[in-house]
Amino acid sequence: MAVTVQAFPQPAEADVATLQARVEQLEAQLAELAERVPEDRVTIVVFSGELDRLLAAFIIATGALALGQEVSMFFTFWGLNAIRKKRSFEGKSLMEKMLDVMTASPVAPAGMGLSRMNFFGIGAAMMKQMMRQKNVETLDDLITLAEEMGATIYSCAMSQHVMGISQEELRDSAEEAGVAGFLADALKSRVTLFI
Amino acid sequence: MSTPSFDQELDVRGLNCPMPLVKARQTILKMQPGQVLKVLATDRGSVKDFQGWARTAKNVQLVAQEEVQENGNTIFVHYVKRTS
Repeated sequence: MAVTVQAFPQPAEADVATLQARVEQLEAQLAELAERVPEDRVTIVVFSGELDRLLAAFIIATGALALGQEVSMFFTFWGLNAIRKKRSFEGKSLMEKMLDVMTASPVAPAGMGLSRMNFFGIGAAMMKQMMRQKNVETLDDLITLAEEMGATIYSCAMSQHVMGISQEELRDSAEEAGVAGFLADALKSRVTLFI
Repeated sequence: MSTPSFDQELDVRGLNCPMPLVKARQTILKMQPGQVLKVLATDRGSVKDFQGWARTAKNVQLVAQEEVQENGNTIFVHYVKRTS
């Protein structure tokens, strides 16, 4: 009497190869996705040069740093004045010198103005007094704090070129960057602000 | 509710946003994982700030928050634990 022996089904070699290929494909896709997941980073474009807007920018920056986020700040146009450490007229054209004299900055005699109700600096002076009374950090303190906590400070090379602001006039932490430098950080950030 | 035990205390009364959080972070980074920091603040915003911190940061946990009246002022007390 003939006995039929049923063979235990073995996966064909072809099936294993297909599975391996699929796993490899999925791993590659996962690696690609992981690269696209945003970092714990906040990127802020600082375009404005007024006291109130700068306060907002630096309070958000230091707050984000306190939450454990990385922070990139990109200073362009009027915002460049926020990270000035000195004014130098050396080698500047007449118009560049005029711009230096007329723009407010931490190193200018009048300091920074308000975006509203500045009244030639009287508004800013009153605001600073009120902030002092209420024990709010000064803009200078917040900028130094952001640096100490590890914010990355970029200065816009193009604005510097147009306005005649040299790297020596900016704080030591500032690195020159272009729009792609900013975008590289912004694309990997969870939050990007333009102030 | 019984008062949670803590290892270190930080007084940021009188300081405003974002300083209570900034100082708390600086202090807790110098502490050991598992230790609890007690923070005394007068900033009303600090209540939500500390909740946000605990939600966002991976290494801190909010143990408790309470309000205490002291000479007509409200003191916001936060207990934060460093987890790693």
